[in-house]
Amino acid sequence: MAKNISIIDYGMSNLLSIQRAFEHVGAVVNIVSTEKEILNSNYLVLPGVGAFPDGMNELNTRNLNLAIKEYSQKERPLLGVCLGMQMLLSKGFEHEVTEGLGIIEGEVLPLPKDMPNFKIPNINWHEITEPKQARWNNTILQNTKNDTCFYFVHSFYASPSNINNVLANTAFGTLNFASAIQKEHVFGTQFHPEKSGIDGLNLLKKFLDF
Amino acid sequence: MKRIIARLDIKGNRLVKGIHLEGWRFLPEHPNEYCYNYYLQGVDEIIYVDAVASLYNRDSLKEIIKKTTDNVFVPITVGGGIRTLEDAYDILRSGADKVAICTQAVKHPEIISEIAGKYGNQCMVLSIQAKKNQSGTFSVWYDVAREKTEIDVVEWAQRGEELGAGEILLTSIDHEGLERGMDSELIKLVSKAVNIPVIASGGLGKSSHFVEAIHSGADAVAIAKALHYNKVNIEDIKLEARNNNIKVR
Repeated sequence: MAKNISIIDYGMSNLLSIQRAFEHVGAVVNIVSTEKEILNSNYLVLPGVGAFPDGMNELNTRNLNLAIKEYSQKERPLLGVCLGMQMLLSKGFEHEVTEGLGIIEGEVLPLPKDMPNFKIPNINWHEITEPKQARWNNTILQNTKNDTCFYFVHSFYASPSNINNVLANTAFGTLNFASAIQKEHVFGTQFHPEKSGIDGLNLLKKFLDF
Repeated sequence: MKRIIARLDIKGNRLVKGIHLEGWRFLPEHPNEYCYNYYLQGVDEIIYVDAVASLYNRDSLKEIIKKTTDNVFVPITVGGGIRTLEDAYDILRSGADKVAICTQAVKHPEIISEIAGKYGNQCMVLSIQAKKNQSGTFSVWYDVAREKTEIDVVEWAQRGEELGAGEILLTSIDHEGLERGMDSELIKLVSKAVNIPVIASGGLGKSSHFVEAIHSGADAVAIAKALHYNKVNIEDIKLEARNNNIKVR
């Protein structure tokens, strides 16, 4: 049976691409924008493109921050993509210091500007690798091969306090940043699975298995 | 990774291709058919350019973008005829990830900051149409290579970066449509002068031209004619790139 997933609309993202991608892998997509809809969801996706303070401000003024936190405690799957992933963390440093959702402990920091041959914003396909402490079995990356390429568009990166929340790493010059994070049923990807071809679709399909 | 991008110039609801950005000829199939085919071949990105930059008949362009999001899951950039924030919003809402701005940026550079401020730098691609002068420098042209300015391409690229452009789509009018290779000199000049990614466009006719463009400093190469007429395919270019130690997806 088709899975019903909820994608949060808080005015910060083009929802069409991620909606189409989930539909392509067999999900029925609901676009949600209220606390009640979030709490009633079985699968929740927090997308987002833009600046951290703007994103948090939009969530807070719509009272969705608490609803997303409450949802995350229900042991139901949650996927944050790009800015949506960054906001899962406790604190962002874009423009000003901003409190995040705090679902996964950690900070969101600017990519270093002094890496030769690595430009900012980082708009590119990059490989993701399985870290020593993480296993991709039983995660959204279960069907993903080590060193598979995904599409990134960002200037900031997530730095979880607990290394066990790092699900995948990506090299940006000498920096190795967390390109995917996980805490129990909560997942986040810095890259855009909905823009990463067949490998991205496989990841989204796997998310529906939780 | 160095990116391989398919560029599709659109007129009405048809795919077209010209030489030096003029003398458009229609290709037989629907643009979405070409686009899907390139996606299946493993293209990294798609660029649609409204070849006539028309104020009218935008609905067919938006329809093409929307249809693309049904079965193509790589980033989509759309350019041509975007003059205002509302135009940009319209295109992004149809499913584009980035907008490319040429003419309006030349006439009113503040549009670059407006789009970057509203949708982020990553969303704002500065499209530069460059043509070599007799003196050897390159000037900025606009309005689909019909109007000349006295603006130097290198200075314009730097200004664009300052104003908030996240990428530069650099089209060589001289090389465009000829398939004899890309303008290495132009690519070198611009990619050295800015810290944002440069997408080189115009002149690719075979896989080795990709390698040359990357060695000249391009971060990505946009290919049109050679793909549309099946002279190269994505897999060949990737193979050639890997043989030359260029990382591709």
